[in-house]
Amino acid sequence: MRDIGIVSYGSYIPRYRIKVGVIASVWGKDGATISRGLGINEKSVPSIDQDTATISVEAARSALKRCAIDPQDIGAIYIGSESHPYAVKPTGTIVGEAIGATPDLMVADYEFACKAGTAGVQSCTALVKADMIKYGLAVGADTAQAAPGDALEFSASAGGAAFIIGKDDVIATINHTLSFTTDTPDFWRRAERKYPAHGGRFTGTPAYFKHITSCANNLMQKVDTKPEDYDYAVFHQPNGKFPVNVAKKLKYGQIKQGLIVPYIGNTYSGASLVGLSSVLDVAKPGERVFLISYGSGAGSDGFDITITDKITKFSRDNAPTVAQMVEVKEYIDYGTYAKLTDLLYWE
Amino acid sequence: MRDVAVIGVGLTKFGELWDKSFRRLIAEAGSKAILDANIGGKDIDAMYIGSMSPGRFIGQEHVGALVADAAGFSHLHIPATRVEGACASGGLAIREGYLSIASGMNDIVVVGGVEKMNDVGGNFATETLATAADQEWEAFFGVTFPGLYAMIAKRHMHEYGTTKEQLAQVAVKNHANGALNPYAQYRREITLDQAINSTMVACPLGLMDCSPVTDGAASVVLCAAEKAKKFTDNPVKIIASGQGSDTLALHSRRDICTLDATVHAAKMAYKQANLTSSDIDLAEVHDCFTIAEICAIEDLGFVEKGQGGKAVENKITVLDGSLPVNTSGGLKSKGHPVGATGVAQIIEVVQQLRGEAEKRQVKDARIGLAHNIGGSGATCTVHILEAM
Amino acid sequence: MAGGVARFWREIPQRYNIIGNKCGSCERVFFPPRETCPHCRRKSLGKMEDIKLSGKGKIITYTIIHVGPKAFEEQVPYPVAIIKLKEGPQITAQIVDCDIDDVKIGMKVENTFRRIQEDGYTGAIYYGYKFKPVKG
Repeated sequence: MRDIGIVSYGSYIPRYRIKVGVIASVWGKDGATISRGLGINEKSVPSIDQDTATISVEAARSALKRCAIDPQDIGAIYIGSESHPYAVKPTGTIVGEAIGATPDLMVADYEFACKAGTAGVQSCTALVKADMIKYGLAVGADTAQAAPGDALEFSASAGGAAFIIGKDDVIATINHTLSFTTDTPDFWRRAERKYPAHGGRFTGTPAYFKHITSCANNLMQKVDTKPEDYDYAVFHQPNGKFPVNVAKKLKYGQIKQGLIVPYIGNTYSGASLVGLSSVLDVAKPGERVFLISYGSGAGSDGFDITITDKITKFSRDNAPTVAQMVEVKEYIDYGTYAKLTDLLYWE
Repeated sequence: MRDVAVIGVGLTKFGELWDKSFRRLIAEAGSKAILDANIGGKDIDAMYIGSMSPGRFIGQEHVGALVADAAGFSHLHIPATRVEGACASGGLAIREGYLSIASGMNDIVVVGGVEKMNDVGGNFATETLATAADQEWEAFFGVTFPGLYAMIAKRHMHEYGTTKEQLAQVAVKNHANGALNPYAQYRREITLDQAINSTMVACPLGLMDCSPVTDGAASVVLCAAEKAKKFTDNPVKIIASGQGSDTLALHSRRDICTLDATVHAAKMAYKQANLTSSDIDLAEVHDCFTIAEICAIEDLGFVEKGQGGKAVENKITVLDGSLPVNTSGGLKSKGHPVGATGVAQIIEVVQQLRGEAEKRQVKDARIGLAHNIGGSGATCTVHILEAM
Repeated sequence: MAGGVARFWREIPQRYNIIGNKCGSCERVFFPPRETCPHCRRKSLGKMEDIKLSGKGKIITYTIIHVGPKAFEEQVPYPVAIIKLKEGPQITAQIVDCDIDDVKIGMKVENTFRRIQEDGYTGAIYYGYKFKPVKG
């Protein structure tokens, strides 16, 4: 699989932010304590005219701006999200049309909680490897929902990242990918329900930690590597504490570049991929990246990635970096947040 | 082509008329006009009805036939046609009636304009008015009808230095005139302060820059000029009829601040009448928004392009000015029952030229002009009338 | 918006990708696409070619809508502008991603993909273009 990998990437973070402290004070809680406990300062909020489709289009268009491929050569598009605008009618076709990849195209929408985007990357990788497509586009994006007053309200945010997978002009090879999957009901959202529910502390050890560590160990065993072999590590980031803890457990130190959750919250299906984008924004040829995503329900997708020297010629500046988008922000109050996230539902 | 005269006029009060249906409104206006003209039903060769959107306002199309029926003429089987050009529907109906007589086809025609806007909610009425704009490329993206004129105003302010105060002066003037008009919807003056500080609708236009939602009907009887004196002692001749069209969307216009349809219609009318703008003694222009009056007096040639904002403070367009504009109170104060407006404008000019305008009377009024616009300027009619 | 999905679907190339067309006779660019060129008329019959516009332009006038139609009620106040595109045509669109006080005549803008409206909570969602300020 050495020559298959990422040809280009792009991400998108909406501009509105709400501080954890502002949400906390509405519910009579102490913002500083919660911020410290969660490792999150503020989260991104989509504007009223943004959703998973628009975020996916922005990220995909950024990816296309950075490379010279003809969108008509994209043979498959998979959009992974927990907040597809329609329950039935794919986000992928909207994105496909908006980037000019239709009509000779395979499309499906993916759902696997926060790892639906990385699942899309795996499918594209396989299709490219099988020579069935020239390029595949995988996007992880979300406008995450959280019930008012629930702990998730402090972290559920909006954003996404898009990856074009192919064989030519690869800037980062995907050396290997594998997954670790079990039926573990740690966090879910019933069909027709607006907000997810979760198993409280059950979401920790038997869910997030078990799957990430198992996947990580399996991957390192498969490709015969150790933590020291990697320059960057990206773990799924539902908050600022879990990824720090799992990195410690796995003896990884190099997670800072890929840890975006303190600034924008948990973008769910976007989370690991936005973290990966942030790494690619600075990575140099020869550097190696270890990525383990996590999706509740539950599963982890692991990736062993090596940056190629093609990254030096890569037109990264044609689209904003994660760091740049993190800095473009406008703070809103809780009332505006309620209006934008449709908390004030009326017919 | 032969000359055409107005031999009778009639209109209802304009306003929120809960007791009056569409049918009742037009029947009232029509019968007043017919009585004023001293004609009988058997004299009528055809009817032309201007109404912008009865289909949306009252769920009723086919109103040409409906109006002839409501007027009691269905047994006479008179040709009855409904004409539409958004807010210029009335002016277009006048022109169609005029052309049918000028061509020799008809001798006597009744023209009516009517709109019943208050049977639907305010939101729906606003959306209906917005159907005058480009649905696919303007309204779809969230621009409203006041928004379109607001963009004209912003550009006019940018290019010519027109101020919010100058917009407000138009509203104040028109309300002062409307206060003297017994048929007007709003018969009270407003202060400059009230006009400048009214609730924002689409920046820079506030509530006081916008004409209201109104029920009303107006009707005139047109007659071949050579036969007019048989019916009335004071006919008024229509000496010119002009019409122009332009792109539907504001963004496709040649110049945002110029309504080329007005320029074209006015040129046509001045040519036909062998007159220039300086021959006009008074004018009813289409002030759906205050900025519209400013652009209209420029595009009609009453003032130079860009100078329209100064017309009130320079005492040109005020009631006792050199060229009074909207002595009726304009759409702003008189009201704007869309389809009726174009016909009501003709009626004001006729009453001025007959010397019947009471407290609004312009001295020595001999030649008057009526200017009616559809949408943001895609349709325009200009009629010039002269006392006979 | 009145009208069903077909009407929206037909305009997708224009609304998603600002596809206009060019007169094969005089090279003028139009948006939305026209059946014939108003200047060349019959000479342009069959000669109109689709062209994807850059989506870059300048604001030539604007307003801030305070009283919006039902579909846009939640968004007020919002800026709407007439934008002159680089290739020549002018279009009407909302301006996003900036303070409403910062919208100015002459501002350079570029298109972005947003939700425009929806047919109620159960109907289709209509996506399309809005414009945001170009940085720098």
